[in-house]
Amino acid sequence: MSADPFLSDPFAAPRAIGGRAPDVMKAGGWLPMKQHDNNEEVDFVVIGTGAGGGPLIARLAEQGFSVIGFDAGAYFRPLEDFASDEIEQQKLYWLDERIIDGANPIRMGGKNSGKAVGGSTVHFAMVSLRFRPEWFKSHSLLGYGADWPLDWREMWDYYARAEKALSISGPVRYPWGPKRPRYPYRAHELNGAAEILARGAEAMGYQWTATPLATVSAPHGDSPPCVYRGFCRFGCSTNAKQSQLVTFIPRGIAAGAEIRDLAMVGRIETGPDGRATGVHYHREGRWRFQKARNVIVAGYAIETPRLLLASANDRYPDGLANSSGLVGKNLMTQSNQAVFGVMDKEVRWNKGPPSLSITEHWNYEDRKDFHGGYCWMAQGPLPVEWATIVAGSRKRWGAPLREEMMRYNHQVGLKMVGEMLPDERNRVTLTDEVDQYGLRIPRITYSWGDNDKALIQHALGEMERSLDLVGAKDIFRQEDDTNHLAGTARMGSDARSSVVNADCRSWDIPNLWICDGSIFPTMGGVNPSLTITAISLRTADRIKALAKRGEL
Amino acid sequence: MTDRYPGYDVLAKRRTPSWNEPTRQVVNRRLAVPREPRYLTPPLFTVLDAVCQRILPQPTDRPPVPLAALVDDKLFTGLQDGFRYARMPDQGEAWRRGLAGLEEAAEAHYRLCFVKLSGEQQDDILRRMERGELSGGALGDMPATLFFEHRLILDIVTVYYAHPTAWSEMGYGGPASPRGYVRMGLDRRDPWEAAEAHDGDETKARLENGFVG
Repeated sequence: MSADPFLSDPFAAPRAIGGRAPDVMKAGGWLPMKQHDNNEEVDFVVIGTGAGGGPLIARLAEQGFSVIGFDAGAYFRPLEDFASDEIEQQKLYWLDERIIDGANPIRMGGKNSGKAVGGSTVHFAMVSLRFRPEWFKSHSLLGYGADWPLDWREMWDYYARAEKALSISGPVRYPWGPKRPRYPYRAHELNGAAEILARGAEAMGYQWTATPLATVSAPHGDSPPCVYRGFCRFGCSTNAKQSQLVTFIPRGIAAGAEIRDLAMVGRIETGPDGRATGVHYHREGRWRFQKARNVIVAGYAIETPRLLLASANDRYPDGLANSSGLVGKNLMTQSNQAVFGVMDKEVRWNKGPPSLSITEHWNYEDRKDFHGGYCWMAQGPLPVEWATIVAGSRKRWGAPLREEMMRYNHQVGLKMVGEMLPDERNRVTLTDEVDQYGLRIPRITYSWGDNDKALIQHALGEMERSLDLVGAKDIFRQEDDTNHLAGTARMGSDARSSVVNADCRSWDIPNLWICDGSIFPTMGGVNPSLTITAISLRTADRIKALAKRGEL
Repeated sequence: MTDRYPGYDVLAKRRTPSWNEPTRQVVNRRLAVPREPRYLTPPLFTVLDAVCQRILPQPTDRPPVPLAALVDDKLFTGLQDGFRYARMPDQGEAWRRGLAGLEEAAEAHYRLCFVKLSGEQQDDILRRMERGELSGGALGDMPATLFFEHRLILDIVTVYYAHPTAWSEMGYGGPASPRGYVRMGLDRRDPWEAAEAHDGDETKARLENGFVG
């Protein structure tokens, strides 16, 4: 609901309709948008408009393909739709019911699932990191997980393109890994919480740096520089954040792509020859069918396998692209434990993006007795999140909880992003319960392995030591948090042990593609969004090359 | 509890560049939440109200945050978490069973209804639930500890710390768009942030908080 009568409710009815789409840079603004008829066989439908779908929508349209991008979420204009509020902004999250179980159930929602045009990038913390090169061959080189069918040198080039397209603000010199080009925008200044991380890292003899972030430090197009309001994970109301919503999606529309918001795809149809023929989707109160020559699934590690499994038919009784039996398996999340303490100084950690500094020391140091790596970053949880951490980790309620919350402006914290190993028992399956669309609700089963637990304990010990060295008091651990997702449709070099090839093309159905975090064979110890973006850009180039050779 | 941020009222910024129009509307709706239950039955709502007073006891020198009404509003509007533990029913059913379970436990241990118990007795019942010592009866097969930690505590704590009264008492800057913040380093405060009363300077903090806006 808005005070201005010409502004609309993004949930009441689709906005991208009638030959126009929202201009996200202007309150009440519109852009002309090409539209396609359901019976028109478009070149590509892309299901999901986040870090995987967004770049493909833009790049395929720019190459002259007809493209429709579907998203189940709303098409927001941040300037008119986004409040500075932790509860209201949950409208950006995928909050439809999912059943969680296993020994360490993954709490779904804002930490890992977006439901909006732009996907999770509308609420992500903007941390834009490259994989360590060895992770693309972690099985061969490091002795765990599985190898990717991608070469890190090629990825290095696509990372640079992704960083340019997202105007990443980062340091002049990045301390770890092979040489990389200068970041397009200068690094953001450190807030108090980031300074504490830096002092702690230096006390340990570890390198640290300003975190490369997808929010601009100087104007870019219609994006103003970041004002450090600190609500990044609840949507950027000024458009400083370089989400898919303000970068690739408008690019795609300008190049002729169509976006369908509030459009939930429920099933991919296949024809007598076994190829995908289009998608069944729910929009404006009824089910519709869009014909397509190619279908790209980019719904992330839960919705992607859910859709593939739900599309099972007589020809593919175990779901689409699932001859390997691996669709839904090898789900991975990242350990996101933290250590918190209190400083004498006022820190006011809510100011600025939450993760302004980072140390990747333990991603590049192999002298340890477990597999995988992790980084840690500065923290700045807002009151609701902070209260749930204090209540959950310290079992506080009653007067002690209120008293502890009074120290908010003096709190400081370090939070890890850690690599969890793939395990086929961690998986997405379908329950017999159905959601508001009549689609079967997914069940997400997750248990930490011994290696995961060893890595977490190592990180907690290191972060605690770091906070102790800077004089933090009343230090405590948050032991149970996780964030990003990956796996469930892994890429690989052969059809028996993977779901897609290096081009994100499914082994079983040549015109069915999967391009999002689902295709990760391993998780890595950094936030995954930049890697998803880089792979999406690569996939667009590969499709162009294949089309030129007549191999689509 | 001492007043750490004397005279600070985050709502004084409501008409400043720290609050955009969507934020004003969202917070206005929250402040105007109906005080009568629309989801829970009146008897269960009374139990919820008593529980809220134990989980987040509030000072008497200011209007209380209507915690029970805000939790009921969450259930009424059906704001979801995005997940459900396989062993848990949906949130509305969980609350109905959980509150009825507390009522049963009060009767069993003290032969009184929950709201008639002293604060210490209510805490005792709540701790029994937290430790997983309550089972069966109205709770059914719902694990008591899981309900306590991931439904009861989470919902009550969330609505309290989403309220401007809580933001003011903890010195949180609150909504910050489009103005944001400028002074980022340690021990730096923007003039539109809460001033903290350090030893002996409550007057200074109160004065500075009078200019927050």
